[in-house]
Amino acid sequence: MDARIDFYPTHEIAGYQVRAGRPLPFGATLVPGGVNFSIFSNHATSCSLVLFEKGARTPLAELPFPLEFCIGDMFCMIVFGLDYETIEYGYRMNGPWDPARGLRFDETKILSDPYARMLGGRAIWGVEPDWTDPYQHRARLAFDDFDWQGDIPPQIPLADLLVYELHVRSFTKDKSAQVKHPGTYAGLVEKIPYLKDLGVNCVELMPIYEFDEFENSRVDSATGERLMNYWGYSTVGFFAPKAGYAATGQFGMHMDELKTLIKELHRAGIEVMLDVVFNHTAEGNENGPYISFRGIDNQTYYILTPEGYYYNFSGCGNTLNCNNPVVRAFVLDCLRYWAAEFHIDGFRFDLASILGRDANGAPLANPPLLESLAFDPILSKCKLVAEAWDAGGLYQVGSFPAYGRWAEWNGKYRDDMRQFLKGDLGYAGAAATRIQGSPDLYQWNGRGPTASINFITCHDGFTLYDLVAYNGKHNEANGENNNDGGNDNHSWNCGWEGASTDPAVNTLRRQQMKNAVSFLLLSFGVPMILAGDEIARTQYGNNNNYCHDTALSWIDWTGLTQNADMYRFFKNLIAFRQAHPVLRPKSFQDGLVSFHGTRAWWADFSDTSRVVAVMFDGSQARGGLVADNTLYAAFNMYWETLPFQLPAAPAGTLWHVVANTGMETPNDIFTPGQEPPLDDQSGILVGARSSLILIAK
Amino acid sequence: MKIAITKNTGYALVTIEEAIDGKTAPEAQAAIGPLLTEFSVLVLDLTKVTYMSSAGLRVLLLLHRNLVAKGGKVILVGLSENIAETMRVTGFLQFFETCNTLAEIKL
Repeated sequence: MDARIDFYPTHEIAGYQVRAGRPLPFGATLVPGGVNFSIFSNHATSCSLVLFEKGARTPLAELPFPLEFCIGDMFCMIVFGLDYETIEYGYRMNGPWDPARGLRFDETKILSDPYARMLGGRAIWGVEPDWTDPYQHRARLAFDDFDWQGDIPPQIPLADLLVYELHVRSFTKDKSAQVKHPGTYAGLVEKIPYLKDLGVNCVELMPIYEFDEFENSRVDSATGERLMNYWGYSTVGFFAPKAGYAATGQFGMHMDELKTLIKELHRAGIEVMLDVVFNHTAEGNENGPYISFRGIDNQTYYILTPEGYYYNFSGCGNTLNCNNPVVRAFVLDCLRYWAAEFHIDGFRFDLASILGRDANGAPLANPPLLESLAFDPILSKCKLVAEAWDAGGLYQVGSFPAYGRWAEWNGKYRDDMRQFLKGDLGYAGAAATRIQGSPDLYQWNGRGPTASINFITCHDGFTLYDLVAYNGKHNEANGENNNDGGNDNHSWNCGWEGASTDPAVNTLRRQQMKNAVSFLLLSFGVPMILAGDEIARTQYGNNNNYCHDTALSWIDWTGLTQNADMYRFFKNLIAFRQAHPVLRPKSFQDGLVSFHGTRAWWADFSDTSRVVAVMFDGSQARGGLVADNTLYAAFNMYWETLPFQLPAAPAGTLWHVVANTGMETPNDIFTPGQEPPLDDQSGILVGARSSLILIAK
Repeated sequence: MKIAITKNTGYALVTIEEAIDGKTAPEAQAAIGPLLTEFSVLVLDLTKVTYMSSAGLRVLLLLHRNLVAKGGKVILVGLSENIAETMRVTGFLQFFETCNTLAEIKL
């Protein structure tokens, strides 16, 4: 006999033993002998819990919530005697159909629980769904009982973080990955030794919240390829990990598989950041499907025009009403769940500027949601990173409401460094500013260089190889006549569009890629590398690769042998950055840099300059609290060799060569202890479009 | 699911056949649970188990926790490759001692 008197049924509804539930927590929670179901709707007039046998099209039962089971706007009920593993549940809500007022109740629809921790319906990646099934994304019950075995998140200071952006499926799907479970969380576990060897300490996973890879799926008539929602920037379930990314998704064990991945990454000293998409949902505009929010409380969850249509600040049909108190609590609950239950170390918010808009879409000066996230006690150790713009024209790089907590994807870093790289005039000064951690963006507001996530490439746009192999995008495979994808790529093909047999072109491309990563790893701020760039991965000029579940997206690991010099350069330069705190200041006061040109102590930031040289003062590393070497780098983005006069190395030290991208491997980079000293300590020739890195010791 | 129990000196042998899922896991737990007071070593012969769901794995883990707490252990015998692999990628396998056949068990 149970010692508690509140876990016995009081009612019978539709043949099930039930009692009044508890409003908190929202969602479905396992309680002794049963399940507590709790769901919010401000405008519904009535609600039923709909129970299914796993995968069945017709419900097992529908249990209307009696009035005495409602508290405020919450419908709550405990149902006893359910088989946790085979039950799927949804809701049927009744209420006004009045689109002009933003109300779109439809009692013919079965609605998924926004708080569902597991969703059925897309358990195995790429298996065509049964479109006649009236309930597509089927809420399931979850055990939150994983044994973390003393896991402690690495808590790497932002200043020391080195982010590696990857797509779970792309990373190991290709057979060249040689893993047991290609394209899955388990497959990624097998690549942890690779990540360790490369030296990154944080993986940023492109969306892993449950999404529908078949959303807007279509067959390209020209190629016969099935185009998919491959990246998954369109969330179906915010609390539910993508089952199709798990080898065990078909057994409903993907939560344990993902947690095992995170535990293993942590054990290797690698943090896990999630790319999260709270700006919109997969329900699209008024022509989109009913998945959950639209039928539960459309007016609460979405930003609507005065006529009741959907504002489209996301470019994806709808906009989540993030600063409504209920939605705000939903976002907070969700992130808390991922931080507490999945030990997630940080979040990168897609189109985050939307999170700062009010219910009418206007930007707020002090957005409650962003403030709540910044000061939340459960998220307090999590990194918060904003993609500080949206598709509605709000661009907040440098001005995102940060509360001393938020970092930003620094789009200006990418654009300036790309133009400097290809030798555009007028970017030397901008490049120097970016190398310093963008004080123009992050000093006036006291945020510091760690507010800047520096990147030259990310999933959006060209890969690093394509950046130096294509002048224009080549998105024909996307089936939109090459009209999709950005046109402001700031790329340069080094003399030939696409793959080339000309050794001079290929040598220059390798040099340019090494230049780019030299900028990135010698800049103050937090560097982010796109997975595959270290082995010169190509997408054949496709700069909007969101829809291909093919070799166009999958990492070809043969690149590791074919482009071994690239990998070696990345790996050694990563190790170099991590060995030198002088490159990783926590604040603008922490690090001392001086800029130079072809003449020492004479920086030329004029409009005709294509040269930046920089010296990092080792005696001032971390505000002088840490001993480090003085370092020097000369970036010659001019098409001729130039002589550089060197500033004197600190007394008692000599300049040694760490890297020179103008040299062929293995003389392009040296490991610690192997750096050759310079014969002439006062000057050196730096080759055309080359980077030279020196260490004083 | 079929379940048979043999009590030996120093350990109990539990032989399970067919599927251990959400429906049968509570039965398995009810049948095996009483052995925990009498034995500190359980040998589970799973050679003829065709399927093990999440609930089934949780029964195994519960037995493991109970026995470890009193210095005992659970030995799993004859896991099919599929079940072993599922247990490996979800982190369950590491908790258990495993053997291919009953002849190999070391108490």
